[in-house]
Amino acid sequence: MNVLGSYVPGTSALHRAPAGAKLAVLVGLGAGSVLLQSPVRVAVAVGVVLVGYLVAGLGWRAPVDQLRPLVWLLGFTLVFHLVVSGWPRATVVVGTVVLLVLAAGLVTLTTRTTALVEVVVKLCGPLRRIGVDPERVGLMVALGVRCVPVVITLAEQVRDAQRARGLTASPRAFAVPLVVRALRHADGLGEALVARGVDD
Amino acid sequence: MLIEVTGVSHRYGSRTVLADVTVSLDEARIGVIGANGSGKSTFARLLNALVVPTDGRVRLDGLDTARSARDVRRRVGFCFTDPDAQIVMPTVAEDVAFGLRRLRLSKAAVADKVQAALTSYGLDGHADHPAHLLSGGQKQLLALASVLVTEPDLLVLDEPTTLLDLANARRVSELVAALPQQVLLVTHHLDLLAAFDRVLVFHEGRLVADDAPAAAVSFYRGLLA
Ligand SMILES: Nc1ncnc2c1ncn2[C@@H]1O[C@H](COP(=O)(O)OP(=O)(O)OP(=O)(O)O)[C@@H](O)[C@H]1O
Ligand SMILES: [Mg+2]
Repeated sequence: MNVLGSYVPGTSALHRAPAGAKLAVLVGLGAGSVLLQSPVRVAVAVGVVLVGYLVAGLGWRAPVDQLRPLVWLLGFTLVFHLVVSGWPRATVVVGTVVLLVLAAGLVTLTTRTTALVEVVVKLCGPLRRIGVDPERVGLMVALGVRCVPVVITLAEQVRDAQRARGLTASPRAFAVPLVVRALRHADGLGEALVARGVDD
Repeated sequence: MLIEVTGVSHRYGSRTVLADVTVSLDEARIGVIGANGSGKSTFARLLNALVVPTDGRVRLDGLDTARSARDVRRRVGFCFTDPDAQIVMPTVAEDVAFGLRRLRLSKAAVADKVQAALTSYGLDGHADHPAHLLSGGQKQLLALASVLVTEPDLLVLDEPTTLLDLANARRVSELVAALPQQVLLVTHHLDLLAAFDRVLVFHEGRLVADDAPAAAVSFYRGLLA
């Protein structure tokens, strides 16, 4: 799954490229994707991104891993557009989603969170004038990335605890203990941040 | 460091969790034991100003935790039971680097220190791994590395081995034993304290024994009998 912070170390040109430039290209690609109105253009763009995966030394499995969580969504979209608007439109829509997911994955796989956070801090620089501390914003982004796997683990623990006691899936019986655990975790995290000198 | 706790009581709401504790400590290895809820963690948190007592004073080398919390925290490292709660950055190297922010070092100096810390705590080769993929023992080693890289004078550990298996608990405790720093260790693993200089026993918020390890442990066992 494309959990942020899944950086794969390497020394390729893509790894060495500045994080700001990679993010800019990604944003540009997102904006420019509306221009990709023919299946051929979309295919070429996807091909270019796939070459990027090879250049970065990530292998063929990496793009597949990026797309796997979206298989159902992509399949459903494809069928929907095939029925409603025919195959050229269907390939363009699904191809564009694939393109953007792969491109975003390529950036996160080749860029350290620290580097992404530095870009965020820089972009937030002008906000200093209205009293926003860019360093704080950067810290929040990093903490957010760190919390994703923690919350997933907490959710798994809650689900396992329910199963162990033979409870069938009930949204409330899931949400309440998860929220309690998440709050407890946030408490501990806050304390750890203070102990580790966050307010210095 | 000289730890001076004078007439300290602490209440959460109307509940007294520490009652009139006075103790002065400067030994290199100090243990803290007691039943669940006896106030050990609260006592440990006093020492780096995570808890400021409702009554009394806590001073470290003369620094009052109520007034100089930041200076105290710079010199007192704290390691919690649950490594997941204290690893705050996404990858191993980033987490170790986090504590160094306040030293305002150059990037190269930070990278050197991080690398050295990872090597000495057996995390070499994990630098760019996401922290959540480490095992429980490795996470606790990372938590320790991240605290020790800042070179505190005193390291306070609140049950660092409680969530670990035997092998990892031994690794962590051997590592702690070899540290040049002064250590205050809260634990339920009584055998870790055998070589300690002094052991405090808490019971229902009171400091009820303060002795050599063997005597303190047998006093603690007597309380439960
Ligand atoms: N933030 C808090 N708010 C309210 N009560 C608290 C808080 N922290 C601790 N307590 C209470 O204070 C008492 C002492 O807690 P403390 O964590 O110091 O005990 P402990 O000796 O560390 O126990 P354990 O062995 O279970 O870790 C407990 O009864 C606990 O419920
Ligand atoms: Mg405790």
